Amino acid sequence: MSVPSSAAMPELKPARSEGQWAIVFRRLRRHRVAMFCFVVLIGMLTISALAPLIAPFERDEPNLRARFLTPMSVDNDGNLRLLGTDHLGRDYFTRLLYASRVSLGTAFFATFLASAIGITLGILAGFFGGWVDVIVSRTLEVIASIPTLVLLLIVVTVFVGREEDIPIPRFVTSIFAGFFAVQTREANIVLLVNIVLALFGWTVTARLMRGMAMSVREHIYIEAARALGASNFRILVRHVFPNSLPPMIVDFTLGVNAILLAESALSFLGFGIQDPTPTWGNMLNNAQNYMFQHPWMPLIPAMPILIASLAVNYFGDGLRDALDPRQRG
Amino acid sequence: MANVNREILRVEGLKTHFFTDEGVVQAVDGVDFVLHRGETLGIVGESGSGKSVTSLSLLRLVSRPGRIVEGQLLFDGVDLTSISEEQMRAIRGDRISMIFQQPTTALNPVFRVGDQIIETLTIHQGLQGNEAQQRCRELLTMVGLPDPERRMRQYPHELSGGQCQRIMIAMALACNPELLIADEPTTALDVTIQAQILDLMRALREKIDTAIILITHDMGVVAEMADNVIVMYAGQVVEYAEVKQLFANPLHPYTIGLLNSMPVLGDVRDELAVIPGTVPSLINPPVGCRFAARCDRRFERCTETPPMVEPEQGRRVRCWLYR
Repeated sequence: MSVPSSAAMPELKPARSEGQWAIVFRRLRRHRVAMFCFVVLIGMLTISALAPLIAPFERDEPNLRARFLTPMSVDNDGNLRLLGTDHLGRDYFTRLLYASRVSLGTAFFATFLASAIGITLGILAGFFGGWVDVIVSRTLEVIASIPTLVLLLIVVTVFVGREEDIPIPRFVTSIFAGFFAVQTREANIVLLVNIVLALFGWTVTARLMRGMAMSVREHIYIEAARALGASNFRILVRHVFPNSLPPMIVDFTLGVNAILLAESALSFLGFGIQDPTPTWGNMLNNAQNYMFQHPWMPLIPAMPILIASLAVNYFGDGLRDALDPRQRG
Repeated sequence: MANVNREILRVEGLKTHFFTDEGVVQAVDGVDFVLHRGETLGIVGESGSGKSVTSLSLLRLVSRPGRIVEGQLLFDGVDLTSISEEQMRAIRGDRISMIFQQPTTALNPVFRVGDQIIETLTIHQGLQGNEAQQRCRELLTMVGLPDPERRMRQYPHELSGGQCQRIMIAMALACNPELLIADEPTTALDVTIQAQILDLMRALREKIDTAIILITHDMGVVAEMADNVIVMYAGQVVEYAEVKQLFANPLHPYTIGLLNSMPVLGDVRDELAVIPGTVPSLINPPVGCRFAARCDRRFERCTETPPMVEPEQGRRVRCWLYR
C-alpha cells in the first residue's frame, strides 16, 4: 500500500525508534539532581584516576619539621601545603588524592565483583529453581548471617605484616597495584579486603536477581523463545538477563555506597587497609588522636566520603526514577 | 483428505498430567488424531478442556509439575516423546512452530523486532549479518507489513497487536515449518484485524504447504479455517469430524450444546442457550462419561466409561448414544 505523495504535504519524519535504554537515558538527562551527582562522581573518579599526576609530593614522604601544618600554609622549605600535613608531616593533599584512588577503586571494584557473583548465582537460582535454588538460597542465608565486619577483622588481623603469604597470583597483584595506585606489596591486602567485601556482599544482589529471574521466566516471550528452539543458555543471556537488568543497576549504586562506607568504617577501626596505604577511612583513623588540637584533620578525609556517598545515592535515586516503567514520557 | 503418504503428525493416546500438591490433574487424558500436510485441524473446547496443554505437549513444552505420562507423538515418523531434548530443540521453531495468544507479550520488549526474527534464523539456519537481514525483510513483506526496513528497527511497544501478531507469524514461519500450532491466534485482536490475520494464515498455508493446528474457542474461526475439527472436553476428545459435517450434524451432546450457545447473525433469540454447570475437576474426574453431569440426554449407561465409536466413515464420537 503506497500513500499518494503530494508536494503540498509536508514530509513526515517517521517517529524515531527508541529502545527502552534510550528512553531511560533521556529521562535521566532530564533529572537535574541525578545529572549533577553524575558530574560530581565523574569529577571525583577523574581526579582519582589522575592522582599520581596531580599529586605535588611523594605519598609517604615524612617531614618531621613540618608536622600538623594547617591547610594553605607554607612549610620551611617554602612549599605550599594545600591541605596541610599530618602527624608525620606527610602532605595531606597528596595522601587524599591517593586515598581517593583506593577508596573509590575499592567501592566500585568490590561492588562489581559482588554484583557479578550475585547476578550469576541469582539468575541461576531463579531461572532453574529446584535444587539449584535450594543450594544457592541456603548458602546465601548462611553467608548473610555471618557479620562481615567481624570476619574481615579476623582475616586482616591474620594477614597484616604477612602480606606476602596471601595466596593471590603475582600477576593479579601487579595489575591491581596499578589499578589502586599502590605498591605491589600493599596491593595484596587491598585486594584481600576487596575480595572479602565482595564475597560477603553479593547476597542482597543475588536475592534481588533471583526474584527478578523468577518473575521474568514466567513471561510469555520466554515460552515463545523456547517454542522457537532457543536453548536455556540463550534464554538466560538474551531474554532473562536484559529484562531483569533495571533493578540490578539501581542495586549496583546502592552497593557502591554500602561498600564505600564499609571500607571506610573498617579502615577507620584499623582493621581494613593499613597505613601507609592511604584510604579516606584510615586517614580518619589517624586523625582521631589529634582532632581536638587540629580539627581540620578529620574534616578533610570526611568530606569526600560524605560527598561520594551522597552523590552515588542521589544518582541511584535518579536512575530508579528513570528506570521506573510506570513513569512514561 | 486421507492421503496416507502426506501424513505429518499422528498422536496416539496422549496423556499429560500435572502432579500438584492437591493431586494429579489429568489435563490431557487420551487424545488421538492424525494430521496431513497442508491440512488445518481445529481444536475447540471450553477453558480448561486441555486444548493448550495438548499443543504444548506436541512441542514438549509442558513445564513442571506437568509431564507427558503416556502416548506417542509421531511427527514425520519420529516419536517426539523418545528423542533427546537437544533434538527436540532443533525441531522447535524449525519444523514445528507456534503462535501465541497474546502477541504483544510474546515478544521480548528490550529487542528490536528485526533482531528477534533474526534470532530464529540464527538458531536454525546459522544466518547472520546481511543475509539474515535480507531474509528478515522478505519475511516481513510476506506477512504483509509495509516498509520492512523501518519495522525491523522498531520495538514491540511501538507496534499494534495486529502488527505484533504478524511479527510472530513471521518468526514462526521463518524456517518454513511443516507444522504450525496456532494457540488462539486471533482472540486478543480486534474483529477487523482478526479477519486480516486469518486471511494471512490461509494465504501462507497455500504458499508453504504447512499443516496447521488451530486452537480456539471461537466456532466462527473454526468454520472459516479448519478442514477437520476435534472437540475436547475435560481433557478428552469427545468428537472428531470434518468441519462441514460437524456444523451440519453434530453428534455429541456437548458439541450440540457448544453450537447452540453460539450467537447466529440475524437469528433473533431472547437468550443464548447455555450448557449448565462447569467443566469437572480433573483431579478426580467423574467415573464414566465426563460430560454426563451436564448432559440433557444422559441415561443409566453413562456411568460407564464411553468408548470412542465410529458411527460414520471418518467420524468419531465418545458417547453411548451412538453405540
